[in-house]
Amino acid sequence: MGTVQAVEAAQAVATKGKQRNRRNRDALWGYGFLLPQLIGLLVFSLIPLVSVFYLSMVTWDGLGPITFVGLGNFIDQLQNSDLHIALLNTLFFTLITVPGGLIFALLVALALNNVRGKTVYRVLYFMPFITGSVAVGVIWSLLLNGDFGLLNSLLKAWFHAKGVGWLTDARFVIPSIATVAIWQGLGFNMIIFLAGLQGIPVSYSEAARIDGANKFQLFWRVTLPMLTPTIFFTAVISILNSFQVFDLAFILTGGGPGKDSYTIVYHIYHLGFENATFGAASAAAVILFVILLVITAVQFRLQKRWVNYDV
Amino acid sequence: MLQEAVDKRAAGNRAAKELAGAGTARQKPSEFASTALLHLVLIIGAIIMVVPFLWMVVTSLETTAQAFSIPPSFIPNPFVWANYPNSFNALPFNLAYLNSAIVAVTVTVFQLITCSMAAYAFARIKFPGREIIFFAFLATMMIPFQLTIIPIFLTMKQIGLLDTLLSLILPPALFSAFGVFLLRQFILGLPIELEEAAIVDGANRWTIYWRIILPLLRAPLAALGIFTFIGLWNDFFRPLIMLNTPTNFTVPLMLNQFRGQYATEWTLVMAGSVIAVLPLLIVYILAQRHIIRGIAMTGLKA
Repeated sequence: MGTVQAVEAAQAVATKGKQRNRRNRDALWGYGFLLPQLIGLLVFSLIPLVSVFYLSMVTWDGLGPITFVGLGNFIDQLQNSDLHIALLNTLFFTLITVPGGLIFALLVALALNNVRGKTVYRVLYFMPFITGSVAVGVIWSLLLNGDFGLLNSLLKAWFHAKGVGWLTDARFVIPSIATVAIWQGLGFNMIIFLAGLQGIPVSYSEAARIDGANKFQLFWRVTLPMLTPTIFFTAVISILNSFQVFDLAFILTGGGPGKDSYTIVYHIYHLGFENATFGAASAAAVILFVILLVITAVQFRLQKRWVNYDV
Repeated sequence: MLQEAVDKRAAGNRAAKELAGAGTARQKPSEFASTALLHLVLIIGAIIMVVPFLWMVVTSLETTAQAFSIPPSFIPNPFVWANYPNSFNALPFNLAYLNSAIVAVTVTVFQLITCSMAAYAFARIKFPGREIIFFAFLATMMIPFQLTIIPIFLTMKQIGLLDTLLSLILPPALFSAFGVFLLRQFILGLPIELEEAAIVDGANRWTIYWRIILPLLRAPLAALGIFTFIGLWNDFFRPLIMLNTPTNFTVPLMLNQFRGQYATEWTLVMAGSVIAVLPLLIVYILAQRHIIRGIAMTGLKA
């Protein structure tokens, strides 16, 4: 080798060494910055995830001995009438809350997008979301009270009607809780829709108007298709949230009357934290997880058919 | 970046609307009618949003007899102010405020720091396993919390942290996949020239993070902070299962306890609700622009 080549070779080795040093240092820095959240990920997410699958296959009350039962908990839960009732109730609740909530939120957002005084309206519409489920539940449990509630008092005073057992009549309890849920979540969905509406280029609606479109055609052919990504996003989030409803059911009715407002998360809570049967609770939680996965997967599959990403 | 694009488009839209409207100083009668109709719909909706709160306040200041009169009365007569001190002293609400504040503030501060650090690492530092670990963070966002809360509860039980505020603080302070995701998106959108200049000047990673990245993250940090704080303050399920001594209760739990104990005394229960709701409502009214913008930002990014 000539001198120049030797020097170049030495330089190459030195550079590689420097690069390796920088890479090692970067690895240290990377993991250093990542460390707290990495610990959190392991301790509070991944390890519990594995644990709950293990727990779903044992019988344990948290104190005594742990007994392995294989798939016994799953078989029990899938045959458990409480679980069936909880699933049906939750499904019924979701079928009212999600379409109702999204439609009202969209209507309000459309109206709000075209008037002045947005700020005042926004503050008022968002207030229920801020106050939290317990306060919302307590307030509405008075409003919907069969004997003393404002709703029944107004019905009696203005319409001379008899009061309705909004939270005590099996026919009305889930629609009532769904209405409260829609009331509480309206502001949040409205904000998301407003942001989506403001992201639609005015040039599209201008072009449509020039072509002679009236207001309905404008909405149906321009606004709505351009909103489909936002609608998809809020639909996914809303369905996931509705399936996890617990606070409102707990505060408004305690799952009653009987088990008419017993939801799937209430069932998990009851099994784990009222009965201390953590194995059964874990199995029920895994079942909920699978349901949510399937629903979300189906939604993502279907989105190709109706969601417009041309923007 | 998405937020910027939307902002630009919204600004462009506003400019276009102004240009379009500059020529039409007066509204056509049909447009006036439709605007009035929109306002009517919005006002009816706003009334429905607000009446429950007004009813809560009105009931809290009435006597029990008046609260249940038919037709319902909308103005207390007399004003029973005593309901408030009676409710506040009936249960340790002041401790509940303190507990909620400790949990919410501690977790928010910790989360903002740890999430921004992790986000910086994911966005700007190359280290082995980066893609896999980030994918793990993403995947966990699909896990409903009811799944992991059972083992976490049992763990807290085993190490004796049950019924302490730490059981509520530790999990969210150390782990927020959403926070990491959100902040990483923002950092990816920052111009890399600033950091490169700093590296040339000999700054180490920590200095870059602390002096350059963090100040640029003000908006998403505020948004994430607000979102986290409100979520923690209003959280009911986790305190419900982790705490059982009333002096450790957070505000939602205390309110639940209150309405359980004083179930039939609705005027007191309403007063308790006002007490529970007031701090957050005041903060909301004062900072509503930031709060709503923050929530919209987190929603858009997700």
